[in-house]
Amino acid sequence: MNNLTKVGWVTVMGMIALAILPPYFLLTGQAFYMDLATRLVILGIAAVSLNLILGFGGMVSFGHAAFIGLGAYAVGIPSYHATWGGFDLIASYNGLLHLVLALGVSALFALITGAISLRTKGVYFIMITMAFGQMAFFLFQSLDVYNGDDGLTIDVRSELPFINLDSPMQLYGLSYISLVIAMLLVKTIVNSRFGMVLQGAKGNNERMVTLGYNTYLYRLAAYVISGVMCGYAGFLLGNFTTFISPDMMHWTRSGELMFMVILGGAATAFGPVLGSSVFILVEEILSSFTIFWHLPFGLMLIGVVLFIRGGLMGLFKGKGK
Amino acid sequence: MAPLLNINGLCKSFGGVIATDDVNLDVQKGEIHAIIGPNGAGKTTLIAQLSGALRPDAGTVTLNGSDITHKPAYARAKLGITRSFQITSLVMGMTVIDNVALAVQANDGHSFKFIKPARKIHRIRDKAMKSLEKVGLNTRANDLVSALSHGEHRQMEIAVALASEAELMLLDEPMAGLGAAESAKLVDFLTGLKGQRTILLIEHDMDAVFALADRISVLVYGRIIATGLPSEIRANKAVRHAYLGEE
Amino acid sequence: MDYTLLFVQVLNGLQLGLLLFLVASGLTLVFGILDFVNLAHGSIYMIGAFICASLTFVLGNFLWAVLVALPLTGIVGYALERIVARNLYDKDHLDHVLGTFGLVLVLDTSAHILWGPAGITVPLPLWLDGQVELFTGAVIPVFRLLIIGTGLTVATGLFWLVNYTRLGMLIRAGASNRTMVSALGIDIQTLFALVFALGAMLSGLAGMLIAPITGANIGMGGQIIITAFVVIIIGGIGSMKGAFIAAIIIGLIDTLGRSFLDTLFTLIMNENAAETAAPAVSAMMIYILMAVILAVKPQGLFPPKVR
Ligand SMILES: Nc1ncnc2c1ncn2[C@@H]1O[C@H](COP(=O)(O)OP(=O)(O)OP(=O)(O)O)[C@@H](O)[C@H]1O
Ligand SMILES: [Mg+2]
Repeated sequence: MNNLTKVGWVTVMGMIALAILPPYFLLTGQAFYMDLATRLVILGIAAVSLNLILGFGGMVSFGHAAFIGLGAYAVGIPSYHATWGGFDLIASYNGLLHLVLALGVSALFALITGAISLRTKGVYFIMITMAFGQMAFFLFQSLDVYNGDDGLTIDVRSELPFINLDSPMQLYGLSYISLVIAMLLVKTIVNSRFGMVLQGAKGNNERMVTLGYNTYLYRLAAYVISGVMCGYAGFLLGNFTTFISPDMMHWTRSGELMFMVILGGAATAFGPVLGSSVFILVEEILSSFTIFWHLPFGLMLIGVVLFIRGGLMGLFKGKGK
Repeated sequence: MAPLLNINGLCKSFGGVIATDDVNLDVQKGEIHAIIGPNGAGKTTLIAQLSGALRPDAGTVTLNGSDITHKPAYARAKLGITRSFQITSLVMGMTVIDNVALAVQANDGHSFKFIKPARKIHRIRDKAMKSLEKVGLNTRANDLVSALSHGEHRQMEIAVALASEAELMLLDEPMAGLGAAESAKLVDFLTGLKGQRTILLIEHDMDAVFALADRISVLVYGRIIATGLPSEIRANKAVRHAYLGEE
Repeated sequence: MDYTLLFVQVLNGLQLGLLLFLVASGLTLVFGILDFVNLAHGSIYMIGAFICASLTFVLGNFLWAVLVALPLTGIVGYALERIVARNLYDKDHLDHVLGTFGLVLVLDTSAHILWGPAGITVPLPLWLDGQVELFTGAVIPVFRLLIIGTGLTVATGLFWLVNYTRLGMLIRAGASNRTMVSALGIDIQTLFALVFALGAMLSGLAGMLIAPITGANIGMGGQIIITAFVVIIIGGIGSMKGAFIAAIIIGLIDTLGRSFLDTLFTLIMNENAAETAAPAVSAMMIYILMAVILAVKPQGLFPPKVR
């Protein structure tokens, strides 16, 4: 038996490529690719977090972009007030405060919406998570203080000890390490006793309940963990783009996030990262040809759903055995 | 002696169909109590109300003297009730041993444990393996459940019920779809459990029922028409007419 | 309290509710019979609006345009069913969502290419463009009354369809059960395509009716689809009655919330705070309503029969 399966190889090679290529591009003066890679890695974290509940838990959350938005606004709002005054309680450039806010607000939002959504099943769950995501979208759209629809420019990035987020290299480094940690975290959780229950409930909820598991609580816990991780991705994204708007939470963003997971391969370690990478690259390439890039992109999406079972990682698995 | 399980005035109907009609029943600790009855008599529905999967319309269920009528299914499992399913209900995408291990893990405290790999916890894995050995599935431990045959699925249902270490096992037609040899093996096996576990056994296979049961209740159209020793049931005119006579 | 304003806003809410019902009824119909989640339903609403807008200029009259645009939208729906949706029925709901999400991108971009980014305003014939004064101070645009009338007529028609026809029997039976449908000797393929086309026409009609007020524009589909989802979640997915009641409730709450919430809030807080809080709360109100209803009834007000 090989020590490393084909899927394992793809994972390791992919992660090595992500570690080496973007810094190389930056150092050779092609900052554009570094930007692309940073976005890709941050969305990768969000996709990895969604995969925990979607891939391993069978919870099709169609509102995960809300967490990204909440995380980003947790940077933007305190930073805005630190610059322009008001809301003294949180007005600050302190990155640790931003981080605590991002994680805390995401956790709270996940707890409340999850507690309600998880009482439902199937299509109801898909639609209700989508609706809650949209609720967050409309909430921030209605907040004129933060420019509503037009969004907010972050003038000063989060100030963290030891790391300067104004440096593209350091921001990328933080994002990359965060991605690795997120992947390891999900892997650990999935293999733990908690993870077994989560996967069991995905496969056969009635059986799990009959065995004595209150699967509702386990799912809720997973939903909150996933939301918090996604909020963290939002914290990074806010610092990366330095511009945030309700559009980050729009349901189409949530749809894209789901697509990344499915495209790469749900319930695999590297699938979501592969998915977000291919997604961002294809988006970039298509949009450089035409402003109507959504058309071929949509066709591709339909094609993937119709023809690629198990996502891109599934292609490797198929031949491995 | 107070019964382990007491069912009192249990009623359940689906729309116009009365599936459980004022059922009263005691199950004594340690006995194998069989429930027989024609198709559609309401046997599965009765089990579902005992396990907590279905809510009764009326009546009470008492376990060890405490009322569990309004307890959700997971809480009843914690109190010592397990059930097997007439139509195999396992986690198909998982391996055989993982399935059984989940049953063991359910009795091993809560599972909000995120760090230690579940498959490395020998306490749990060993117990799961023992259950598999008992039903003779140990060689297939690492296969996916979906790769197993129907007969093996039936054995797994038993292994899972065993592994959960519940005091009261509700077995819904464990022999369904098994060949004669497999059935005989299962009868031997359940005989071996006598006295250790309390079993409420639903079964169409009359040879198995009369070989195993300490007492038998006959359910027809949602009503219990007779309860008694196997010999009494065999001799009961109403039962012969309503049920055994059909064969 | 200004009761005339209240009356006018109730009519506005009713109008919004009926439009929502048109969209949601198609969604719930398609889900009830086909067990199919269709995100692209909102795009069909948009396409209906655009087709009608173009035809208004070609035919010179809005009403003629609607009459011609309706079957055209039906044909679009029929084609979408044949080409895309049909291939997704056997897959799970997640695949439905992703596949039709792709369809949304395709349709929205196609509309962008065909009709341009700016959107189209739709002129009304003179006799529809005026206003009537129902009683002193209550001035209502004639066209809004037409929307309400049309909405109620279509709703009546749908109730007849659901309660007194064979198709309706299938719907009420929660006929995602395909074997049952085929046991009744019905050509399922055709039935499904027709249901899909009917849903498209209902959604398209809503788009056509709103077009003279908001214009036909690219973003309109993505907006309405979410609200329509909220409607059918609250009503109970697959239930026509639920869709109607929920649509009216949401139309009223949303409209009244947006116009009166700030006044209400000034009763309990100062004006500044009310001015900030009211838009935020009214933006979230239908979702809060949804959350409250689902917390009590996880399957909505009128849950479908066992499926
Ligand atoms: N969820 C349900 N909804 C409606 N009717 C049901 C439901 N479950 C069971 N029934 C009906 O209740 C009656 C009893 O069914 P049940 O499955 O309990 O019978 P059973 O004795 O287990 O039969 P079998 O020997 O075939 O397993 C039947 O008439 C059945 O059709
Ligand atoms: Mg049965």
